[in-house]
Amino acid sequence: MIRTLFGEMARFARRNRLAALGGLVGLLIVFVAVAAPLLSPHDPLKADFRRMNKPPDASHVLGTDQIGRDTLSRVIYGARTSLFVAFSAVILGTTVGSLWGVACGYLRGRFDLYSQRVMEILQSFPDLILAMAISMAIGTGLPAVIFAIAITRIPFGGRVIRSVALSVREMPYVEAGRASGASALRIMALHVLPQCIAPYLVLATTHLGVAIVIEAALGFLGVGVPPPTPTWGNMLADSITALVPPWWLAFFPGLAITVTVLAFNLFGDGIRDTLDPRLSPAFLRIMSGGRRT
Amino acid sequence: MYAAVTLLGVSLSIFVILRILPGDPLVAILGVEGHARMTPADRVRIMADLGLSDPLPVQYVRWLGDIAAGRLGKSFFRGDTVSELIVHRGPISAEIGILALIVSWLVGLPVGILSAFKPNSMPDGLARALSILFIAIPGFWLGMLIVLALLFWFGYKAPIVIVHLWQDPWQNFQIVIGPGLVLGLAQGAYIARMSRSCLLEVIGEDFVRTARAKGLREGLVVMRHALPNALLPVITISGVLLGFVLGGSVAVEQAFGVPGLGRALVIAVIERDIIVVQNLVLLYAVIFVVVNVLVDLSYAWLDPRIRYS
Repeated sequence: MIRTLFGEMARFARRNRLAALGGLVGLLIVFVAVAAPLLSPHDPLKADFRRMNKPPDASHVLGTDQIGRDTLSRVIYGARTSLFVAFSAVILGTTVGSLWGVACGYLRGRFDLYSQRVMEILQSFPDLILAMAISMAIGTGLPAVIFAIAITRIPFGGRVIRSVALSVREMPYVEAGRASGASALRIMALHVLPQCIAPYLVLATTHLGVAIVIEAALGFLGVGVPPPTPTWGNMLADSITALVPPWWLAFFPGLAITVTVLAFNLFGDGIRDTLDPRLSPAFLRIMSGGRRT
Repeated sequence: MYAAVTLLGVSLSIFVILRILPGDPLVAILGVEGHARMTPADRVRIMADLGLSDPLPVQYVRWLGDIAAGRLGKSFFRGDTVSELIVHRGPISAEIGILALIVSWLVGLPVGILSAFKPNSMPDGLARALSILFIAIPGFWLGMLIVLALLFWFGYKAPIVIVHLWQDPWQNFQIVIGPGLVLGLAQGAYIARMSRSCLLEVIGEDFVRTARAKGLREGLVVMRHALPNALLPVITISGVLLGFVLGGSVAVEQAFGVPGLGRALVIAVIERDIIVVQNLVLLYAVIFVVVNVLVDLSYAWLDPRIRYS
């Protein structure tokens, strides 16, 4: 069992070098986030008024901020907040959306019709603006930010999984289930849902990057997780309030965002090509009778 | 028709989201201390003044009526009306959005075509790497870095006051070029990616083989025969990308210190200026929906198969 799992992973890595690299870097960032207290050289919240606004040197490798907090430690702890928010929001939003999508695709009819309108309405807002409005309405704590980002992810899960459920419900084995008198709930849970796991994973990984950017943007705009919690967005916001912004404070948190998003995006693309070839451009080309170039 | 229903739903959801503010809206606006300092009579008067003391359905219907009549209410803190805000700051944000659209097509399409010409070649690899990178870089961070670099190396700072195109084109250009470029490059990356994969798909089709077989130059085959057929999905994605531009511009305006509509929205959210937030969020959503309806309509115009069916 474990050997086949490793075999699968090795094959994935061979076929998809960039995606494997992205996955590896992503894993490393998750490790840094989990082990933040062990890795960070200083306390991310401790101000040191003798060492304010210092550029990178031996004791503070990435410099210090306006009140002397260590930038490296804050970037490391920032990974914690960012990843926690992104993972929770994506899992929450995609799960709710997917379950809803299964119900829409399987039940069809009026329920589906109204649900589709609701998802259309959710998708009529630019992501960031909807997240801003929701987090304003329910307060700017960590749960509010997670909830706000999760809501913006619901329609994506809803639409994609609905289309999967629509095609699955026509399968003979589902019909057999219906014929033998299984309830709709039972069929959805036991026969339709398992078919949605692969697209669910694809969706979740591809939306991680988006969630991280939205979280950072909310922090940057001052409506995200409130300070003094170190988040990458908050650090960027801190850096532009200064008259002459220190470059290290503007550069490193943004670099952390970019590397993280890049890693998750590459990994997500690879997962998509492997698990759900229907969505990959190469497959579309082959299906349309094109040559592989 | 669907769009009208959607917009009605959009307005209703904005209203519901902003009215489920936990507790007293006055506490939310004024803070606990400010609220405690007022006499009950003052509270009642201000609530009535803001129109917050009526039942919610009445408030909602009145809001829709006000929008239809062009009365968008006013900021609680500064007293300027939302309409003034939009007229004054809107043009700057609109310019940024249009500039971003132009940049995204000017950069994205040629890069996508170049990639599709010689897939898996060096230039193609470079183009794909760059587009993956630009999709990952948050626009507001790139904006900050540009502002910082200009400040450090050239001591340059773009004007931070509102200068309209018709007042001083050069000053206005300096304000909008930065955000326009940053947003445009990010969208350009998506457009390059999309146009590459669509072109490659079309290039595999029979009519392209026919065009090649009758001896057309490769350039003509791609530009005249393949490209028009690959453009539709690219136009669709451009409409979807507008959502990123609208949302992203809020953050990018902040990074560049541009006094646009996005800045106004952020300030209103921080100050919990409900009336302003409510109307500005609706405005952004309306723009997004209307543009996507236009994209749908452009299909019929661009693709005769849809027009005749």
